[in-house]
Amino acid sequence: MDFGPFLLLALMEGLVTAAVLALTAVGLALVFGVMRVVNVAHGEFFMLGAVAAWFVTTWIPGPPAVGFIAALVLCPLLVASVAALADTLVLKRLNYDPDATIVATIGLLYILQQAALSLYGPDARPVEAPFTLRVQFPWFGYSGYKLAVIVAAALLLAGVWLLLARTKIGLVMRATQIDRETARAFGINVDRVYAGVFALGAGLAAVAAVLIVPIQQAHYLMGHDPLLLSFIVVIIGGLGSLRGTLVAALLIGLSDGVISVFFSPTLAKILATLFVALVLVFRPQGLMGRRAA
Amino acid sequence: MTSRLIGLTPSRRTVLGGLAASGAALALPARFASAQSAAPIKLGFQLHRTGIGAAYGRWYERTAQAALTLVNEAGGINGRPVEILFEDDGTDPKRGAEVMEKFASQSNCDAVFGALFSHVVVGTAPRAGELKMPYLVCSEGHHVASGKLNRWTLQPGITDVKSQVQAMAPWISSTLGKKVTMIFPDYAFGHDHRDAFVPAIQAAGGEVIEQIAIPPTETSFTRYLPRIPSDTEVIYHVMVGPAVLTFVKELGEFYGSGDRPQIFGFIDSLEAVNIASPGLEFLEGTHFWEGHCRYLQADAGEHEATYRAAVGVDDTGASVADAKDISTYAHMFSVWETLFILKAGMEAAGYQGPADRQKLVEAIEAMTDMPYSIEHPQGAKTFNGKTHQVFGLQYISKVEGGKLVKVHTTSPEDGMYPDEADYTAMSF
Repeated sequence: MDFGPFLLLALMEGLVTAAVLALTAVGLALVFGVMRVVNVAHGEFFMLGAVAAWFVTTWIPGPPAVGFIAALVLCPLLVASVAALADTLVLKRLNYDPDATIVATIGLLYILQQAALSLYGPDARPVEAPFTLRVQFPWFGYSGYKLAVIVAAALLLAGVWLLLARTKIGLVMRATQIDRETARAFGINVDRVYAGVFALGAGLAAVAAVLIVPIQQAHYLMGHDPLLLSFIVVIIGGLGSLRGTLVAALLIGLSDGVISVFFSPTLAKILATLFVALVLVFRPQGLMGRRAA
Repeated sequence: MTSRLIGLTPSRRTVLGGLAASGAALALPARFASAQSAAPIKLGFQLHRTGIGAAYGRWYERTAQAALTLVNEAGGINGRPVEILFEDDGTDPKRGAEVMEKFASQSNCDAVFGALFSHVVVGTAPRAGELKMPYLVCSEGHHVASGKLNRWTLQPGITDVKSQVQAMAPWISSTLGKKVTMIFPDYAFGHDHRDAFVPAIQAAGGEVIEQIAIPPTETSFTRYLPRIPSDTEVIYHVMVGPAVLTFVKELGEFYGSGDRPQIFGFIDSLEAVNIASPGLEFLEGTHFWEGHCRYLQADAGEHEATYRAAVGVDDTGASVADAKDISTYAHMFSVWETLFILKAGMEAAGYQGPADRQKLVEAIEAMTDMPYSIEHPQGAKTFNGKTHQVFGLQYISKVEGGKLVKVHTTSPEDGMYPDEADYTAMSF
C-alpha cells in the first residue's frame, strides 16, 4: 500500500482509539480532579457499560438501531447509578482517604468483574452496530460506524465541557474541586457532588464502552486495557486537568494508530509507557497540570 | 492444682482403650483399599470454563459429559463407574498447574485430561510429570510431538498443528495460490503454525511473503491489515480468543468490495461463532480447515448422527437447545476420543488404582490403529507411541450459501512427518 492511504488508515484508526480513550480518560480525570480518588475500578465501569449494552440490545426487539440507541441512553445511567451506590456505600465511609480508596476500588474491580462473570458468563458476545455502512476508499474499505464513533465521542466531549464550564452543576463541581471546605461553608452538599462526580465519571466510561462494543464485543475481562490507557493519558495530561487529558488522549490515540500501523502495536505500547516514565521524571505534574502547592 | 494434674494422668485402662481405637482407625484405610475395585474411577478435567478459552470450555464440558454417559451406560471402565471432576483453570497456565496439583493431591484422580490452550498445557505438563499423573491433552500444539514435554503427557485425541498445516500446504499451493501472507496469534500456538507452514508451503512450491503476528489479547485488528502485501495471493489466518469475530469482520471491512486475495482460514478463527453473523458475508467462497465438519455433510459417516445427538449439536453445528449457541465442533471431538482412549488404556493395563498410572501410560504408548468408530467419530487415526502424538485426517471446507461445505479430505499420509522425539526412552 502507498504511503498516503497507509497514513489515512493509520490516522482514522488512531482517531477512533483517541475518541474512545478521551471519553474514558476524562471520566477518570474528573473523579481524580474533584474527589482526589484514584479509581482503579474505572475499567470495570467501562466493561459494565459494554455488558449492559449487550443485555439492552438483546432484550429490545426491532431493528438494531433502536436497541443501540436505547443502550446508549440506558447503560450509562445504569452504570452511573451503580457508581453512585458504590460511592455512598464504600468511598464516603472511608472519608475519601487516598490510600483507602485505592484499596477499596481494587476490591470494587474484582466484585464487578466477578459479578459480570457470574451473571453474564465468560463469553465474548457481539452487539450489532446500529447501521452497516462501509466507506469504500480506492485503496481499502473502512467501517462507517467507526467514523460515527469519532463524531459521537466529539459531541459527547463537547457536552461534558459545556456541563463543566457553562452550568451551575459545573460551577459547583469546580468549587468543590478547588476547596472542599469552603464549598461546604457556602452550602454546597459535598457528599452529593462527590456521588454525582463518581457517577458521571463511570457514566462516561460506560458511554465509551457502548460506542465501542459493536466493534469489539462485550467480554468480562475487557476492562484492563481501557484502565491502563486511561491512566497513561491522565498521567501525561496532568492529573485532574481535563484539557490536558484531551490533548494526551489525542496524542496517545493518534501515535498508537500511526505507530501500530507503520511499525507494530507492541512498539506503540512501549513508547506510550516510556513517555509516561519521561513525563513522571521531567514534568511530574503532567503536560497541563498545575504543580502542587 | 497438683491433684488435678495427677487426676489427668492417663490410666492404664484408658491408654489401652485409646490404643484399640487408633488401631481400628488404622485398619480403616485397609478396608477401603480392598473395596477400591468397586469405587469409581476419578478423572480430572482441566476445563477452560472462564478466561479467553471459555467458548471452548463450555463445549468441552458438554462433550465430556456426553462421552461419560456413554462409557457408564456400557459398564464403565474395568467394571467400575467413572466420575469426571471438572475444575476451571481460567485458561491460565499458573492456575492450570494448581488445578493439576489439586487433582493429584486432594482428589487423588487416576488421570487428567481436557486442556486445550497451548500455554496452559505447557504450563501444566511439568507439574503433571513431577506428580506422575497421566496428562492427556487436547491442544493441537506441536509441543507434545516435538519432545518438549514429558513421558506423562500425551496427545492421543487430536492431531497437532504441524501435521494439520503440512496436510494443508500442498492443497493451498495448488488450488488457491503460491504467495501467502500469514496472520497468526503471537504465542506458542501461532508460532507452531508459522514454524510448520513456512517450510511446508516451500516444499509445495509456494512461499510465505509476510508474517503478521498478533498479540493474543489484541482487540483491534485493522491496524495490522495494511501490512498484507498487495501481491498476496492467499491470506492464511488463524486466530483465537474472545476477539475472533472482530478480527474476521475487520478483515472483511478492510477489503470491502474491492479486489481481495483468496482467503484460507483455520476454523479456530470462527469457532463458536455463527458463520452467518452480520459482517461476515464476505467469507462466501473462502476456505477453512476443519478438524471435524461443523455442518452435517452429505457423505457423513455412519457414527456422525449418533455423535451429534449425544453431544447435543444439530445439523448446522449449533446447540439443539439454543440455535444461537454455536459449538466448537472442529475441536471438541478430541475430548470424546480422549475419554475412550483412557478407557481402552485402562482396560488394556488392567488398571486398579493410582499405583497403576505408569501402566496406563505404557498401555496408551502401545496403541497404534484407531479405526473409525463411535469411539473415534472424527475419523480413523494412528497413534505414535514414541512421540505421544496421534495422526489422522483433516478436512477443508468452502463457505457456500452461508454454510461450510467439505471440498477436500486429506489422506493420512499428508500429515505424517519423521519422529522428533522418543518419549518411551525417557524414565518415568
